[in-house]
Amino acid sequence: MSVCHSEFIDALLDPQKPVPNGLASRNGGTAKRFAVYRNKFAVSLTEALEAQFPVIRKLVGDEFFKAMAGVYLRRHPPESPILSKFGNRMPEFLSDFEPVEHLPYLPDVARLETLIRESFYSKDSSSISNETLRSLRPADFLESRIIIAPSARTIQSRFPIFGIWRANARGEGNPTNRPEEALVARRQFDPELYLLPDGGCEFMRLLASGHRVSEAADLAAARRPDFKLDQILALVLSSGAATELEPIKHNSGERTLKCG
Amino acid sequence: MLDDRRALEIVLPKEPGVGFKHLHFEDLLNDRGCVSWLEIHAENYMSDGGRKIAQLNRLRQDFPISCHGVGLSIGGENPLSKDHLNRLEALVSWLEPASFSEHLAWSSHGGSYFNDLLPVPYTKAALQRVCEHIDEVQNILGRTMLLENPSTYLVFEESEMTEIEFISDISRRTGCGLLLDVNNVFVSSTNHSVNPYWYIDEFPLHSVGEIHLGGHAEDSDDEGALLLIDNHGSEVAEPVWDLYEHVLRGAGALPTLIEWDSDVPEWKILEAEADRAFRLMNIVQDEYVGLP
Amino acid sequence: MNDQIKSIAVASAVAAALAVGSSAALASGANEKCYGVSLAGENDCEAGPGTTCASTSTVDYQGNAWSLVPAGTCESMELPGGRMGSLTALDRDLPS
Repeated sequence: MSVCHSEFIDALLDPQKPVPNGLASRNGGTAKRFAVYRNKFAVSLTEALEAQFPVIRKLVGDEFFKAMAGVYLRRHPPESPILSKFGNRMPEFLSDFEPVEHLPYLPDVARLETLIRESFYSKDSSSISNETLRSLRPADFLESRIIIAPSARTIQSRFPIFGIWRANARGEGNPTNRPEEALVARRQFDPELYLLPDGGCEFMRLLASGHRVSEAADLAAARRPDFKLDQILALVLSSGAATELEPIKHNSGERTLKCG
Repeated sequence: MLDDRRALEIVLPKEPGVGFKHLHFEDLLNDRGCVSWLEIHAENYMSDGGRKIAQLNRLRQDFPISCHGVGLSIGGENPLSKDHLNRLEALVSWLEPASFSEHLAWSSHGGSYFNDLLPVPYTKAALQRVCEHIDEVQNILGRTMLLENPSTYLVFEESEMTEIEFISDISRRTGCGLLLDVNNVFVSSTNHSVNPYWYIDEFPLHSVGEIHLGGHAEDSDDEGALLLIDNHGSEVAEPVWDLYEHVLRGAGALPTLIEWDSDVPEWKILEAEADRAFRLMNIVQDEYVGLP
Repeated sequence: MNDQIKSIAVASAVAAALAVGSSAALASGANEKCYGVSLAGENDCEAGPGTTCASTSTVDYQGNAWSLVPAGTCESMELPGGRMGSLTALDRDLPS
């Protein structure tokens, strides 16, 4: 009899199920032979998740992570052969995985680890040259647009996302229970994580949507009186998050801004 | 066009190559030894940028590259993924590899990918499907591909022909070349009580464009009999070297890849494996020359 | 925010950015592991871990049979669910 692929996959995913009929061996037994396939699937994808979420793994411990990975990989098997994207549904998975519901910050940590990986695999770009930075007068700089690099990502969390990451990935410091914003950016190939001053996420969103530096600063400052333009700008320029400065000619009338 | 394919042109150097691992990047640039070409897994380089692409871009200046796909699911019941074919086409256009190869296996079904090389029954229906898929790949890539024989652990009751008949037919009908994985031959032959030398003697060696050698692990089946598992996690086993030498005596020197994917060793150890393959190639080649 | 304040901020940010050097290492760094990017998406074509008995039958991956409790650094952090917020962690602290 023929073995259809759905039946094969059902048995591959669930070791409780019998080996599909129609598979055979010279000796008769098929269970251990079929286990070769079950193992490759489960073990290789568990290892991929372990590599992708080192901080989540540290937070919940090795044994728990391995077992949780077993649930994840069966609930969300990869949607494509590009394995670097396999863990992308971990944040939503953690949000409704009951055994970790008392750890409400885990989904944000998984989101951060996913952004770091995205950054690593994203398109290369170069930072704004020192020459450009030196030559532009502050007034002209303020009237320019900053093009955000394809590898830059921001994250806003009601938890100390940067502190948790640093304590677990680097063994540095202890997180303090407060909301934090962070920036992931690459100077060349290695993503680096930075703590963003409050309002930094919003400011970078405004820049990315095409606002001039001056306008973005005004809008961000209007929402947060403690907005620190110098600190945030220094981070944007030095982290590799900014790839180009686009001076805007006056009276170009290119854009309108609605203040919400 | 089809006529040109009948005699398979061997495009990779008839010398040893290794599967590229990132930890060997600098060794390959500074101390390559006898290694003259590299193989990469296509799916690991389907990103927009980053270090891996940059490393590959550097290495392709010094080494011919063999692009080895692991995710096309050529043996699948479903049509090949258009998205994946497009990604592959983009990679091949950029990389311009000397060779492209894939597996006689399936790995995707119903929109999910299982990261596993799953077995194909040797039936007429499967043969037809695999041939259509290979035609599609060769059309999109605009080149002939190599198809690799699998390592298998089970057989299908429904099979109507032998693996060699199945593979030979595919090669004849699609014009594709073959990638002969000698370790897979040894693993499958052991697991199914077939004489691996018989397998090699029956195999259409004239269509082989590349050889794979890798390590395997030993386990046991339900009856306690020896079960070999292709795990690419150690040195090539002695009986596999012997079988490789037998292949060389039948086919002459062929581009030979050392695959080592788990517990990847330091460069010197991997290079020593490549060197052993090189020496065997040279010995056999010398004997050829010495023939009257 | 007035123009003068903004101009001063720009000047100081540019000066800070100019002070940062750049490095361009093509070789993979040790950092890749702690960032979760090393081998995070590596496809291989071997048949697996070389054994028929790893992690498929023993793990109770069915949610309803779940018996494990997270036991990593989450227990020591003063966060929701951490040492201060978790009753299970407090129980475990009692001398046995």
